[in-house]
Amino acid sequence: MNNAADTIMIFLVLTNLTLLGLSRLGTCIRIVAVQGVVLGLLPLLLNGWSLELHLVFFSAAIISLKGIVFPWLLTRALRDLKTQREVEPLIGYGTSIALGMVILVICMWLGSRLPLPVAAMSTLIVPVAFFTIMSGLFLIISRKKAVTQVLGYLVMENGIYTFGVALVQKQPVLVELGILLDVFVAVFVMGITMFHINREFDHIDTDQLSRLKV
Amino acid sequence: MIILKLLNMVIALAAAPLLLGIINRTKAVFAGRTGQPLLQLYYDIWKLLRKGAVYSRSTSWIFRVGPVIGLSVALIAAALIPFGGLPAVISFKGDLILFAYLFGLSRFFTVLMAMDTGSSFEGMGASREVTFSTLSEPALLIGLAAIAKYTGYISLSQMFSSLNLSVWLNAGPAFVLVGFAILIVFLTENSRIPIDDPNTHLELTMIHEVMILDHSGPDLAMILYGAAIKMWLLGAILIGIVVPVHSGNALFDISAAMLFMILLAIVIGVIESSMARLKLLHVPQLLIGATTLSILALVLILR
Amino acid sequence: MIYALLLIPAIAAVLSLIVRSNIFRRIILVTAAVSHTVITITAWNKEANPLLNGWLMLDKPGLLFLTITSVLFLACSLYAFGYLAGESGRKEQDFEEGIFFTNAPAAIFCACLLAFLTTMTLVTVSQHFGLMWVAMEATTLASAPLIYFHRHHRSLEATWKYLLICSVGIALALLGNFFMVIAASAPESNDKSMILSVLLQQGHLLNVPWLKAAFLLFLVGYGTKMGLAPMHTWLPDAHSESPSVVSALMSGALLNCAFLGILRSYQVCLAAGLGRFCQDLLVLFGLISIGWAAVFILGQPDYKRMLAYSSVEHMGILALGVGIGAGATFGAMLHAVNHSLTKAMLFLAAGNILAVYKTKTTKRVSGIMTIMPATGIIWIAGFFAITGIPPFGIFLSEFTIVKSMIEQGRIGIAVAFLAILALIFIGMAIAFLNMAQGRKDDSLQIADNPDTAISVLPPLALGALTLMLGLYIPPVVNNLLHDVAVIMGGY
Repeated sequence: MNNAADTIMIFLVLTNLTLLGLSRLGTCIRIVAVQGVVLGLLPLLLNGWSLELHLVFFSAAIISLKGIVFPWLLTRALRDLKTQREVEPLIGYGTSIALGMVILVICMWLGSRLPLPVAAMSTLIVPVAFFTIMSGLFLIISRKKAVTQVLGYLVMENGIYTFGVALVQKQPVLVELGILLDVFVAVFVMGITMFHINREFDHIDTDQLSRLKV
Repeated sequence: MIILKLLNMVIALAAAPLLLGIINRTKAVFAGRTGQPLLQLYYDIWKLLRKGAVYSRSTSWIFRVGPVIGLSVALIAAALIPFGGLPAVISFKGDLILFAYLFGLSRFFTVLMAMDTGSSFEGMGASREVTFSTLSEPALLIGLAAIAKYTGYISLSQMFSSLNLSVWLNAGPAFVLVGFAILIVFLTENSRIPIDDPNTHLELTMIHEVMILDHSGPDLAMILYGAAIKMWLLGAILIGIVVPVHSGNALFDISAAMLFMILLAIVIGVIESSMARLKLLHVPQLLIGATTLSILALVLILR
Repeated sequence: MIYALLLIPAIAAVLSLIVRSNIFRRIILVTAAVSHTVITITAWNKEANPLLNGWLMLDKPGLLFLTITSVLFLACSLYAFGYLAGESGRKEQDFEEGIFFTNAPAAIFCACLLAFLTTMTLVTVSQHFGLMWVAMEATTLASAPLIYFHRHHRSLEATWKYLLICSVGIALALLGNFFMVIAASAPESNDKSMILSVLLQQGHLLNVPWLKAAFLLFLVGYGTKMGLAPMHTWLPDAHSESPSVVSALMSGALLNCAFLGILRSYQVCLAAGLGRFCQDLLVLFGLISIGWAAVFILGQPDYKRMLAYSSVEHMGILALGVGIGAGATFGAMLHAVNHSLTKAMLFLAAGNILAVYKTKTTKRVSGIMTIMPATGIIWIAGFFAITGIPPFGIFLSEFTIVKSMIEQGRIGIAVAFLAILALIFIGMAIAFLNMAQGRKDDSLQIADNPDTAISVLPPLALGALTLMLGLYIPPVVNNLLHDVAVIMGGY
């Protein structure tokens, strides 16, 4: 288990666990940004640093989106807020990390149940990608703020992306671009909605969004 | 062979207080001071041993027996830990669990004697000590379990002697994780910044220091010496895992290990100089993080 | 021709953003809708030919769902023509809480409607799983501003839930796409593309565990968008808070498009011999959805939410029909058509009621028949149609599904299905009949005749279509439905 891909996978796990245990929103955004940059390097790494034009382009696009644009958007949204910059979890930080470990073990088991038909760079990819997706989902359901929910969505997206880049080798460029664009627009639309929520309610706690019931 | 074993013990007992001297000197250099002499702790212990002890009328025999137990436990633990290729004096299957709980025993008596004084500050320190150690214990044990699983031995001596630098090629990430976990345990158990500040003079913020406020003379000397040995032993474990140099040449191995020990002390000094103490509320998070790292390493190795 | 289908609404969307004049913008909307429908109808007579290396093709299932979408959009655009005359950009008072809010500008509303049509068209014509996913995500993004047309906090809440829940669902579907790729990357197969026809040919080479996982993810992912319980939670909020035109389009067209996504992956599973596995899952989710919807329909105080839960119910029936297989597949396809027509008609009528009564609370509406007789008739007819009373189309499709259940000896499911339908009938009857009959509230200030041709004719036309499908299915339609049913493993 010794190669750069493994290291990146473990890095992913660690950043996810950190996100589960962190209380500062700004730091969370920065961690997701770092995660994005590292993931942007993944396609280059998996192809042995061969500098094909389309790979480099793809990498650059991922890094600039996940590492720069999204964090910038979220930081801006955060800056305009007059609310506290704490995460405000529904489930405590310690409990979140402990649950994270349980999820990790389950994902490892799941990964062993689904053997890949093709050889992969690292046997950690499947479980770690699952774990990243699960952590993202967990963040979405266990945190109150709209910003944190968007962060959770991004983490989940990162997990899916890891899976895609690491295992699906022959993705046509068009699909890659489409996916990039979609994620970009999704975050953008969410950002605008967040802005409206902020203006309408003077806060971005989604637990206040509870008038619509039954 | 027996000579090597005894040599290990002698080095541990003789060099342990030096470690604290190096840490303090590093901190002094960072702060731009000349600092205390490297051998300050030796002087302190010597000075304390020549003084008489003062006992409060409200204390019982527990207060007097505590330091003795603390020191003897440290001595037994020193017999269990191999250092730089030198085998441990005693070694048997499963001694790593004994090692972990020897410190548990000494902590138990430290806490008892702190409570024995009836001082509210010491009780507060005791409660913090217990809380944090409950959280750091799993980190240490699971970390050691990960190494045990990797090497296939559950005796500390066999475990450490079967490690060598090639582990970094085979299971590098897992060893980094265990290394960090044990570093955090090291900082916690030895009450260093960012968990506890050994130099603080405010009882409210103390953890370990506040528990021994009432001790004086030879008792305090025993506690200080015991703490120094504990720091040495945890350091030995840390460098045994992170930089296991086993060339076969005993002299080379010992000097390498000594060198790394000094390096570790300098690193601790740097950490203490560059970080602030954590809020007490955040310490459990750090310790849970350390446990998480250990579990992750175990999962990686088990896979 | 496919290009025309995609380009016309896209260009119209851009135009409606540029154009200043409000009336001209509405004309663009209707023109685009009409030409889209005309092209769709001409497509019925043409052979399907693949475009762009097979990425785009209008096959039989695509054609069926495209036609539903197109016809509904035509009706809705006509309705919107009248609706937009008064509503857009105006500052008005909220009738539930008394707060003031403005509506979104008509330019954005029209552009998003047309973009919505473009993306839905793309869903129906794409043969490549990746492309279909992109289109599906785009439908979410295009429709989110539509839900937030009335700019107040309840619609904002609905929009946020819609965006977040659907995005998560769609993300899971993307994972399903990746699983499908892995399932298809067996060493023996030489063409590892994600185009439907290729996957169907190589069905026996696909890796079974990964394909199963892929189908599960598609079912959960697109099922979220389709409104299958328990992933439907965004649906009642979005449907009740958005303008009625948008509710009609989402219920009738968008949910169907998501269902098409599930059907495509089901096709691949059929080719790999996993039919049984998928059918059991579909039956399970179908029954949960129908039951869940019944619980919420009984005693539902808000009539638009009641219609939304009824959509959950009917989506459940679609899944159930395909899951039962054999003759029920035909029933499910017919049901998709009927439900879309009926539900759109009901939502448009609900829009008329809302405009007059200014409330969504069922109890505060009575005497529709005396105040606005035309809408009242549509409302009552729609009630009979949606609960499956003959001679409307839904009766026929539900009957076909139940018949197939009994033929296959799945009596338990049939009994449960009929019992829940009866419950839903009771729940809806209380609400609908009380609203339509009774005396009108004297405090209500109403113009002489609130029914206008533009607000009554589109729902009436949709109602006439579903009535026709109940009495007589034209052979062309019948053949298409049969062909689709055969493709989906039934007859």
